[in-house]
Amino acid sequence: MEHYTMNLNLKVWRQKNSASKGEFKLYRVENISSEMSFLEMFDVLNEQLIRDGEDPVTFDHDCREGICGACSMYINGKPHGPWQANTTCQLHMRAFKDGDTVVVEPWRANAFPVIKDLMVDRTAFDRIIQAGGYISVNTGNAVDGNALPIEKDKADASFAAAMCIGCGACVAACKNSSAMLFLSAKVSHLALLPQGAPERKSRVMNMVAQMDKEGFGSCTNTGACEATCPKEISISNIARLNQEYLMAGLTAE
Amino acid sequence: MLNAKIPAGPLESKWTDYKGHCKLVNPANKRKLEVIIVGTGLAGASAAASLGELGYKVKAFCFQDSPRRAHSIAAQGGINAAKNYQNDGDSVFRLFYDTIKGGDYRAREANVHRLAEVSTNIIDQCVAQGVPFAREYGGLLSNRSFGGTQVQRTFYAAGQTGQQLLIGAYQALERQVALGNVKMYSRHEMLEIVKIDGKARGIIARDLVSGELERHFGHAVLLCSGGYGNVFYLSTNAMGSNVTAAWKAHRQGALFSNPCFTQIHPTCIPVSGDHQSKLTLMSESLRNDGRIWVPKKQNDTRKATDIPEEERDYYLERRYPAFGNLVPRDVASRAAKERCDAGYGVGSSKQAVYLDYASAIERYGRTEANKQGRNNVSLEEIIAMGKEVVKEKYGNLFDMYEKITGENPYEVPMRIYPAVHYTMGGLWVDYELQTTVPGLYALGEANFSDHGANRLGASALMQGLADGYFVIPYTIGNYLADEIYSKAIATDHPAFAEAEKAVSDRINQLMNIRGKQSVESFHKRLGKIMWDKCGMARNEEGLKQAIQEIQALKKEFWSDVRIPGEINGMNPELDKANRVADFIELGELMCIDALNRNESCGGHFREESQTEEGEAMRDDANFMYVAAWEFKGEHQWELHKEALNYDVIKPSQRNYK
Ligand SMILES: Cc1cc2nc3c(=O)[nH]c(=O)nc-3n(C[C@H](O)[C@H](O)[C@H](O)COP(=O)(O)OP(=O)(O)OC[C@H]3O[C@@H](n4cnc5c(N)ncnc54)[C@H](O)[C@@H]3O)c2cc1C
Ligand code: SF4
Ligand code: FES
Repeated sequence: MEHYTMNLNLKVWRQKNSASKGEFKLYRVENISSEMSFLEMFDVLNEQLIRDGEDPVTFDHDCREGICGACSMYINGKPHGPWQANTTCQLHMRAFKDGDTVVVEPWRANAFPVIKDLMVDRTAFDRIIQAGGYISVNTGNAVDGNALPIEKDKADASFAAAMCIGCGACVAACKNSSAMLFLSAKVSHLALLPQGAPERKSRVMNMVAQMDKEGFGSCTNTGACEATCPKEISISNIARLNQEYLMAGLTAE
Repeated sequence: MLNAKIPAGPLESKWTDYKGHCKLVNPANKRKLEVIIVGTGLAGASAAASLGELGYKVKAFCFQDSPRRAHSIAAQGGINAAKNYQNDGDSVFRLFYDTIKGGDYRAREANVHRLAEVSTNIIDQCVAQGVPFAREYGGLLSNRSFGGTQVQRTFYAAGQTGQQLLIGAYQALERQVALGNVKMYSRHEMLEIVKIDGKARGIIARDLVSGELERHFGHAVLLCSGGYGNVFYLSTNAMGSNVTAAWKAHRQGALFSNPCFTQIHPTCIPVSGDHQSKLTLMSESLRNDGRIWVPKKQNDTRKATDIPEEERDYYLERRYPAFGNLVPRDVASRAAKERCDAGYGVGSSKQAVYLDYASAIERYGRTEANKQGRNNVSLEEIIAMGKEVVKEKYGNLFDMYEKITGENPYEVPMRIYPAVHYTMGGLWVDYELQTTVPGLYALGEANFSDHGANRLGASALMQGLADGYFVIPYTIGNYLADEIYSKAIATDHPAFAEAEKAVSDRINQLMNIRGKQSVESFHKRLGKIMWDKCGMARNEEGLKQAIQEIQALKKEFWSDVRIPGEINGMNPELDKANRVADFIELGELMCIDALNRNESCGGHFREESQTEEGEAMRDDANFMYVAAWEFKGEHQWELHKEALNYDVIKPSQRNYK
């Protein structure tokens, strides 16, 4: 792999807090190595801003290896940037070339208010989980782990849904700001397992109700969520969610 | 004298006896008792959920925006449990034995045995919560093997075991939040312990969004705040992982144990330049099939694929014929360092060795051809088939490597180098997980308890969940049973006011330095001192220098750090400054501990204590103890010792030749 360095023009969303109005600011960073990660490039920018006596750009990040779901930048019109199945922290600078202009914004959705700059409040996701995204089993109540065999296919499908990192890119990508992909991933994870069966109906009803309450939009099947999801959560989960919802509704009467 | 409060009686019945005799709190009284939990990774989330279920009033804190993002989420490989589902001879005793031996005989027998006992309950609990562990076609749970053991006892969910376990604990926690038993404070950082009449009675926390300081009362305080590997600046830990919570407790009287015991993991993606902000682990499981080598010639600049077989030095296979590439983590790490220091390193930095899958690919390809009953297959086809097999086993790791380095590991060998990964040291706790401050507990990586001088793979997840789900729910009752008459203390109590003032003064002091150097630059310099002089190999001279350098760095930090922004609002640079200031103090103590421990054991290698062949040499006669340091004032600590008694296992020198 050939390494190279580049100079970039950055257009970054700056917003002091949730109450203030934000705006784009222009910055220039130089001698950026193609081996850096996108967030390391932001580290360089921030060191530069601190040196110049300005306020560094605030953004969420923690694991920097694509698993915690904290990082959340909307880069050149795409959540998490240009690479497929990728998070912001895993994006590397070899995706860009010398002289490029890169536009960076926060997730934009009513349910995700901006806290500062590129950092948003995603606690709505936690409240959706609180509404029923669990199996009600107290510590100490469990039977032996092998007492209940589960078909490998089912377990694998459940795992594929459980891989969601709760980043919210699906919401940011959707023109309706729908949280259906996130919600359907959780409903599928639990609905595919026998342990999840007893609460199947109440879970889906309550979680959907909470999602609506949080102000997420409705799903019109555009598929933007699936295309942007860093963990490749399948849109077929939304079909399963709709089924579960319908079933729960029919039998609730 | 330190009293670990280990119950009397034979090892295998200690925990059962303890549970049968510890004090209980009745349900009506539980509702009156408040517990503060700092940290909601595996240890904290499992504790918060379990204590909430029991009926205690719990307040839980984390600095991320959600408990689901704790550092535990990043654990890859798996979690151990003595289930013996494979019928391969595993048992509670064997898991206990492997952990004590793997820890190089520096862990407490009673704690480790309890850990092995409850390990099986953890798997059951997680399955019941809906953790989608890997399964076999028959529908039963699957296991894999891990370093330092001869049985298959590791449960896993592809390369995302930590994620799945944490999501399980997080969901249990959110259920308690919904029920009103737990109140969750995310984007909050604990910055002080409040002590009243010698007991821990609360904390001061900073709301990271508004910048406001808050006072919170608790009848007991649990620290589940994780490890301190980021003292080295570069590590595989998440960016936010820090020692601050544990350090505040230490300064308030909690002893800090074995701080120099750090684990350096042999297989990480090497540093690519000065811009590097963190390092990425490549799972230990890769050593099952990969071969590690460097060129036989120094400063060899040829491409790996151009170096013929006879000019490669498979140094682990050469030095340790019995274990080869599967020697324990500490041994593999030191051997890589030795080769690179001697000038045989590869890559542009020369601080890397090759982890080569070429022969594994060919071997798997041939097996596959045999399986399909085909002979006369071309080498090309064999290699293509082999790549498929490797992809199925390690695909996600290979993808991760390619994303970071831009190189295709199916075609060229991976470059790897050791990196800081885990800290065995931590707050000293007794059998009940209580620190030396009454009412103050430490769980998970934040305590020192179970891994001695070296942790085995897949045992940290086990310990965090053991502490949170199955140990603390019993041991805390034994303390709180005597607290049922203590009313909640109003937070206008002078002790709260004083603690809050101390925190606020420190923040003001930091902000008012208005110096020239960024927090990051200080952190990097600290990391370099630690890595060079208190890293994979340590010696007296280097450690003494390091102590001087860290003291000087501390002075410089407090007179020249520049923190932009404001106190009243979101200010990540200020958060970081608070953490780095504590890391600097911890760094000094780590060097003091490393200097004191003039023996090599586990992850701690003192150059003065090695055999002629360069292997680590333990000194049981002089160092078979837990070093527990008491904070006495700036740059001053007093050493207390907890003797380690091996009643059941006979210590021996580890030998992997
Ligand atoms: C890359 C990687 C892979 C690993 N793989 C494995 C594996 O396969 N198997 C295994 O057994 N182990 C593994 N480990 C080790 C294991 O993941 C950790 O030891 C374990 O998860 C630690 O859990 P914890 O709950 O103690 O702490 P953490 O998960 O680190 O949680 C700490 C919590 O404390 C909070 N916190 C900290 N300070 C404060 C404060 N001042 N105020 C408020 N909140 C605070 C944080 O917000 C967080 O919620 C791995 C580690 C790494 C780095
Ligand atoms: S479904 Fe995908 S995009 Fe949406 S929160 Fe989960 S991981 Fe992120
Ligand atoms: S920082 Fe954790 S996923 Fe990007």
